[in-house]
Amino acid sequence: MAVIEVSDLYVKYGSKEAVSGLSFEAEYGQILVVLGPNGAGKSTTIESLEGFRKPSSGTVKVLGLDPQKHQRELGKKIGVMLQGGGVNPRMTPAQALALFAGYYDNPLDPKELEQSLELNHVRRTPFRRLSGGEKQRLLLALSVVGRPEVVFLDEPTSGVDPAGRVAIRELIAKLRADGVAVILTTHELGEAEKLGDRLLIISHGRSISYGDLSQIKAQHSQTQISFRSSSPIDQDDFETNLRVPLERPFGNDIYIIRGENSPELVALVTRYLADKKVNFHDLSTSSTSLEDIYLSLTKQEGSK
Amino acid sequence: MKAYVAQAKSEIRLSLTQGESLLVTILIPVMLLLGFSEVKVLPLPQGVHSRPEFLVPGTMALAVMATGMVSQGIATAVDRTYGVLKRLGVTPLGKTGFLYAKTTAILVVEIIQLAILFFLGLLLGWHPNGNYLAFVLGVILATVAFSGIGLFLAGTLRSEAMIGISNAFYLILLFLGGMIFPVSSLPTVLADIANILPAQATSQIFYHALGVGGRITTSAWVVLIVWAILAPAMAAKFFKWES
Repeated sequence: MAVIEVSDLYVKYGSKEAVSGLSFEAEYGQILVVLGPNGAGKSTTIESLEGFRKPSSGTVKVLGLDPQKHQRELGKKIGVMLQGGGVNPRMTPAQALALFAGYYDNPLDPKELEQSLELNHVRRTPFRRLSGGEKQRLLLALSVVGRPEVVFLDEPTSGVDPAGRVAIRELIAKLRADGVAVILTTHELGEAEKLGDRLLIISHGRSISYGDLSQIKAQHSQTQISFRSSSPIDQDDFETNLRVPLERPFGNDIYIIRGENSPELVALVTRYLADKKVNFHDLSTSSTSLEDIYLSLTKQEGSK
Repeated sequence: MKAYVAQAKSEIRLSLTQGESLLVTILIPVMLLLGFSEVKVLPLPQGVHSRPEFLVPGTMALAVMATGMVSQGIATAVDRTYGVLKRLGVTPLGKTGFLYAKTTAILVVEIIQLAILFFLGLLLGWHPNGNYLAFVLGVILATVAFSGIGLFLAGTLRSEAMIGISNAFYLILLFLGGMIFPVSSLPTVLADIANILPAQATSQIFYHALGVGGRITTSAWVVLIVWAILAPAMAAKFFKWES
């Protein structure tokens, strides 16, 4: 049994469909990243798992339970970080951590959490006066203080400075190492690429890609060889000889061969160019980044 | 149980460390009791021998109203606006545990308030001479009624609106509640309105239970019981855990 099983989930607000037909799973010791632009349905998805949203159809199971019906029971085993809230504005980090530690039977030591998330210096500052990053770190600390089996983090690093992000990522990586299942949302690719084991990319409430990060990269990645040449190249002759299409997409001195960048092909190309006495420079091979994949996928979806 | 104890302690601490809240729950009732016992300007009901005899039960009614409707109401509205109530849903405490902890905090604060007013009254020469059973019953009914009103407002309004509206109700009910001067000295129209409000019913019950004796009117019990049923029912129907 997977820790989280979602099949064909639809969520509507009135007549507006926020989530349309999502299916995915999450496992212990893995980080599932739900990635998508703002308004794509990420929070609705994660809040359905937390029991705050009622699916209009489809099923959601967390640790084998329906989160809508068993929210409080799941509250003992899951940790939740809502987007930007959940602590009384007058409460200090020390008080909030002591309170949340008091909810659970076998909590982590609040002092150690303060230490690892660098909250010691503000432990007596009321929540409303903390910076965005300090608030996020406290909310993260509260989500893990009860030693949960599953942790849900909604945009955990939004509004956090680079140093704070490192502390947050380290804690999340530690959760994975401890065998916790982590589900987090983000609209930032760097975040997804650094943390994710498995990726669910959504746009307009629909899944546009789902699978292991490496798999998605392999599936969509495009490779190419490019070079510049000031002397003209006979494209027809090139293609007849090498049996690969040669493009000149910008009409200038840049030439691109898409689809392959094997050493063999590079050797053939340079041999051909040498034979034709073509002076080329800036020869390079490249493969598309997750960013290119994400942008092209969300763009395709948007234009549908 | 562990979660409930942790939450109740936290709720009590928050209630007793909030300046604005202490102002309406303790400071204003105490000042009104001390002030109008000494400054003899306000009218008294017939047959009252000393001012504290009327003012102690009256300010006790004010105190109970302030805790349930204003202080805890505002605290709940703030918690709702800041996502605290939503977040509690996914802890071992849960929504039910939260309500138990909140009720505990309200009762503890009320015991403190009533004890302060009781002993101040004794210092002012007040001789309680009463029916404590009726008093305790009155406190419970009034707590349910005013907390119900507070929760109904907190569950539907944003915290800023809640602060304004609950404080306005506090002032209006202070004047229409027979707490520092008898409703009978108001114009007839206002007195008629006052008689169906929970504040007047509460102060009447407290006054007759602790003060001069005398029978508590059936209408006071009926009005307070109706509010104690209606207000929580409205709160339960309209309360939204998320803002």
